[in-house]
Amino acid sequence: MNRLVINNIFRFILLVLIQVLVMNKVNFYGFLNPYIYILFILLLPFETPGWLLLLLSFLMGFTVDLFTGTLGLHAASSVFAAFVRPMIIKLVGEKPDYDITTQPKLQQMGLKWFIAYALLMTFAHHLFLNMLDVFSFDEIWQTLLRILVSSLFTFLFIMLFEYIFAPKKAKA
Amino acid sequence: MRNILVFLIRYHFLLLFLLLEIFSVTLLVNSTYYQSSAILKAGSRVTGSFYNSISNATDYLKLRTTNEHLANENALLRQMKGVSFLKNDTSSFWINDTLYKQQYKYIVAKVVLNTVGKRNNYIMLDKGSRSGIQKDMAVITSNGIVGTVVTVSENFSWVMSMLNKHTRISGRIMKNNQMGTIVWNGIDHLYGTLTDIPAHVKISKGDTIVSSGYSYIFPAGLMIGTITDFRVEQGEHFYTIPFRFSVDFNALQYVYVVKNLMKDEQESLEKSMEGVKDE
Repeated sequence: MNRLVINNIFRFILLVLIQVLVMNKVNFYGFLNPYIYILFILLLPFETPGWLLLLLSFLMGFTVDLFTGTLGLHAASSVFAAFVRPMIIKLVGEKPDYDITTQPKLQQMGLKWFIAYALLMTFAHHLFLNMLDVFSFDEIWQTLLRILVSSLFTFLFIMLFEYIFAPKKAKA
Repeated sequence: MRNILVFLIRYHFLLLFLLLEIFSVTLLVNSTYYQSSAILKAGSRVTGSFYNSISNATDYLKLRTTNEHLANENALLRQMKGVSFLKNDTSSFWINDTLYKQQYKYIVAKVVLNTVGKRNNYIMLDKGSRSGIQKDMAVITSNGIVGTVVTVSENFSWVMSMLNKHTRISGRIMKNNQMGTIVWNGIDHLYGTLTDIPAHVKISKGDTIVSSGYSYIFPAGLMIGTITDFRVEQGEHFYTIPFRFSVDFNALQYVYVVKNLMKDEQESLEKSMEGVKDE
């Protein structure tokens, strides 16, 4: 359990750095801004209590907000993603009861499960974030396009991240 | 009370979600208010120094564009600098020394038009009578003689370059003080010709030609060029000496216009001398 905490702290810092230093520089025709930091919310253990899930997600979003100067935007979106996470997990399938160490990871839950999970989480987060950011239905198609493109790229980066940081044991 | 507690515990997830959401959205909506800016300000102490150290590293990658920007800005600043403007008064000044009476005064001017390819080449300077430039003043650079002022308007002046058929400047071989006349044959802007040096004088390649000072225009000892060749034409008693100009006429940028403060005195003396000769 202790190792799990350290792992998550490390992942938190790493993802903030990647988000701030790399992802925020990606700007494709003003449409694309991947938010890989939500991977932190995705990978929190299944057993994380709801209140902790919310608080940690808020902390993540708030940290990113401090770096981007959009105070509250990412915090609200992250909290929303954390809020819908139990429902999405219920939707795509609960973790097997017999193994307590299982985490919502690609290697442990399988590719199909993880793709569905990551896609839904990413889309939920990006939908909330972009709608909150634009706060208007005037340019709804443009906003939707932005949501779709950004979600896709965030998803791709999440998959990439998962493969890069896969433990060697699980790979074999 | 107990019921409230049960309610809170039961719905803590939803309640906490709503609480955090309200807090975040409030922050977002009120981002201009003091509290939010205070949070951002405090946060920027960390994020700012973080970005700072990152940019310290990544700045190296942008050096090329930064240099371009700086060069552009330099050009812009240069454009705004004094030398880019026509000055209404001259930038020169006098020093009144009782031991050394000043004879020459220098006015900086910029070449705005210049040719080297024609038979008779003229140079336009960005200063004129307002700056104290007059007809028949010498034009030089730090490398040597350029020409003489022929026409002056209020803000501009035309200079007859040495690359001109009508140029007659007296030059002197520095080594042996032999006097001659400098002409240009109109072929190569790098080479001029020194004539009127008697054929018995010993000269050699590489000798320096300077201004003689025997005119009221040019100060003595100004560099003109170096001898590259010499020959005596058949039936002549004088050398024809091709030499290389010390000034690159094709790359003129800033020149000095030389004002001879004693020119009037010298000329009136010469006039009175003519009177003596006549008698």
